[in-house]
Amino acid sequence: MPDIAYEQARHGSSIGQPLTRRDGILKVTGAATYAADNRPEGLLHAVMAVSRIARGRVTHLDVAAAKGHPGVVAVMTGANAPKLAQDPDAKDNPFMFRLDLLQSDQVRYAHQPIAVVIAETLEAATEGAELLAPRYAVEPARIGLDVEAPQEPEAVGAGDKTRASRGDVEAGLAEAERRIETVYETAAQYHNPLEPHAVVAQWDGDRLIVDTPSQALATAQMRLAALFGLDPKNVLVRSPFLGGGFGSKGFLFGPQVLGVMAAKLVGRPVKLVLRREQMFGPVGHRAETRQTLRLGTDASGALTALDHHTLTATSSFDDFYEPASALSRYLYAAPAVSTGHSGVRVDTGTPLFMRAPGEASGSVALEGAIDEMAEACGLDPLDFRLKNYAEAEPISGRPFSSKALRECYAQGAARFGWDKRAKAPRSMRDSAGRLVGYGVGTALFPALMMQAEARAEIRADGTGTVALGAHDMGQGAWTALAQIAADGLGIDLDRLDFQSGRSDLPNAGIAGGSAHTATAGSAIHSATSAVLAQLAELATGDERSPLYGAGNAGVFARGGRLLRRDDEGRGESFADILARAGRASVSAEGKAAPDPASREAYAMHAHGAVFAEVSVDPDFGQIRVTRLVGAFAAGRIVNPRLVTSQYYGGMIWGVSFALHETAVLDPRSGRVMNANLGEYHVPVNADVPAIEAILVEEHDPHVNPLGIKGVGEIGITGTAGAIANAVYHATGIRVRKTPITLDRLLG
Amino acid sequence: MSFSLTLTVNGETRAIDLDDPRVTILDLLRERLHLTGSKKGCDRGQCGACTVLVNGRRVNSCLALAVSLDGADVLTIEGLARGDALHPVQAAFIDHDGFQCGFCTPGQIMSAVGLIREGQAGDDPERVREGMSGNLCRCGAYIGITQAVLEAQARLASEQGEAA
Repeated sequence: MPDIAYEQARHGSSIGQPLTRRDGILKVTGAATYAADNRPEGLLHAVMAVSRIARGRVTHLDVAAAKGHPGVVAVMTGANAPKLAQDPDAKDNPFMFRLDLLQSDQVRYAHQPIAVVIAETLEAATEGAELLAPRYAVEPARIGLDVEAPQEPEAVGAGDKTRASRGDVEAGLAEAERRIETVYETAAQYHNPLEPHAVVAQWDGDRLIVDTPSQALATAQMRLAALFGLDPKNVLVRSPFLGGGFGSKGFLFGPQVLGVMAAKLVGRPVKLVLRREQMFGPVGHRAETRQTLRLGTDASGALTALDHHTLTATSSFDDFYEPASALSRYLYAAPAVSTGHSGVRVDTGTPLFMRAPGEASGSVALEGAIDEMAEACGLDPLDFRLKNYAEAEPISGRPFSSKALRECYAQGAARFGWDKRAKAPRSMRDSAGRLVGYGVGTALFPALMMQAEARAEIRADGTGTVALGAHDMGQGAWTALAQIAADGLGIDLDRLDFQSGRSDLPNAGIAGGSAHTATAGSAIHSATSAVLAQLAELATGDERSPLYGAGNAGVFARGGRLLRRDDEGRGESFADILARAGRASVSAEGKAAPDPASREAYAMHAHGAVFAEVSVDPDFGQIRVTRLVGAFAAGRIVNPRLVTSQYYGGMIWGVSFALHETAVLDPRSGRVMNANLGEYHVPVNADVPAIEAILVEEHDPHVNPLGIKGVGEIGITGTAGAIANAVYHATGIRVRKTPITLDRLLG
Repeated sequence: MSFSLTLTVNGETRAIDLDDPRVTILDLLRERLHLTGSKKGCDRGQCGACTVLVNGRRVNSCLALAVSLDGADVLTIEGLARGDALHPVQAAFIDHDGFQCGFCTPGQIMSAVGLIREGQAGDDPERVREGMSGNLCRCGAYIGITQAVLEAQARLASEQGEAA
């Protein structure tokens, strides 16, 4: 049955089509409603006051001054905040992060919320928050990777193993003909979706309605229910559109809960929106890393050993460790591979998943080290990668469920013109005399599957509904999942009522790990298959149907009709089948989950190859990325237009990682000194070069019933390393610290 | 104290009594006139999500106090389409997938309309990129944005040519 379903979906009329976004008109007319656009009757505005110190205690807040400001309705502090049913510092599972909800006067990081001012207008609330003029008992901030002796964490990332290895790395290094040891450092980064975290909260007795951007509606609903002691059925979270997430909206954070508490305190709806500088603290970040890599090769350039160790930082009070070494478990063939992590505790907010967590940071270091090793061997960087191509997953030894990486290298290199690369660094120039460099990086992101549910229905008028609480943070769930739904039901998109973005719909899991389309899509596929099976049963068991006797497996759906597989000329419309059966509709629920057997048997990853051209001013060190070509193989492509955009976006994040982004912390105060979008650099339009993304064909019969891998995060991997390697090729200077800024080339 | 001003917003003249001089034109639009298409990404003129046209010029509406704009003509994303007919820039953004999450999109589109009216970028992609660089897109939809602006510019130029 799964095989038949796979076939049926592959030949659907929607999947594979480069449709424009179904929410496009809403978004270009300003009619798409983001959380902060909601305005329930009687709405008040809340503004957080946040800590200016990173460690210590709040000793005084001038509540009277704030309350005395015209328009201020209430000031919420630890003294009067509503009591919670759950300790904000409780941690029942690794995905439950500790929150700062005014439970103590302790300050654990800069920009920690310390009070909330609620007022009739935004202006009054803002002024009120200023008037609180907090005083502190300051303790020295502990900042940086050298702050204490590192410890080995119990787990990294999303419950990944801290250590994994195969073979004897020390022996492999000892016997190597050539070996290198190299250290790469990556900067702390903050997600900074353009939409700051926002919440509009409304209480109606013990019922709660919350508008807030969420990559995980059901998780948010359950957390709110637990914190406020509510029946989850009485908590509705709505998030039809997110103004970007990148991981930062995967969990409900303290400020969002504070908005709900404020609404409870004042007995009126409240809107709380983070100010941009408040995005640098309580809503997650990507922690800095220092990665040490040791590689050895034999005389031919084949790796004999690869050792990848990551030192990173978490907060003083919670655990999230950037799993940057994990990539080395998947990518290059070596008889001995060792990966490990260690961490220190610092006085920042808790780090979190940020687009390609682990893979992004790990990729820039691994791809740099591979480039260094290739040079030590006197080999072209691409040839070296091909020489060490993994035919099976290096540590686990499992075969890949599919891996079209060779085709990615070949198509990308051809398109880019890699053969025009001069071998020696600092030997290419453009017509203006600028140094030119070419670099390559391999892209990889695991093809994950999570859990999700969906509901599907076909009605007697031939229309259908598919409903699930999915999340569109820009990747295009409103479009791509609807395409899967329409094909699954065998109806045209305009006959489909696709419902999403609310917690009172079936739990679609989370939009994370590049797994949402695969997971939610598989749940939709399961639900629509179950609906069609019911319809088929009604038809094939009825002597009056032209489909009589065909058997469930002998029919398929297209254009609102069930058709015989062996004779497409014989079929019957959904409407006729339901009418004869006297049914108004048929409906079913479906579920998706990873298949343990196939996950055990196969290693599952999307792959790609990214080629970068940079130009560097020889006098001033100014770096421009002038060209990027990425070729990616990620299983079935549901919508090539949207997938191309995901690759572009990921590659631009790669540009940002390599050249722009860094949170600069003041080691004395522990504050982010560039907590604004003018000084925390992300690429602007003029920074973005000519980019091409090649969609390399790949069929994967194992990864999930639809053959879909993720595309949202892979683009950042490979790209940053390719750019760093191109900068080396242009200048002959190997900068092992990102972002690569001009001072690092001139020093 | 009350501050009276007159604004033309999306073609409609409105008499506005403001009780607070601290209100920016962005917050006036969003919180008091309930035109929430213009977005607040930074509130300090660094991201461009709040871009509107004031007297035909691109403005970061988060940086302008409403009381300073008495008599101004303000065009926001809500006033761009003619009924169901999208403005060429809006249509081009859809065709070229010039957005993902959509949060910066109203600002990008208003900025593009302003840029095309300024007539400085023409059909030069490099100048379009430069001229659109006051509008951040964290999703990285810049390729589509540039293509959309170029296409809309060409279409508007040819329409103007036909009209003349």
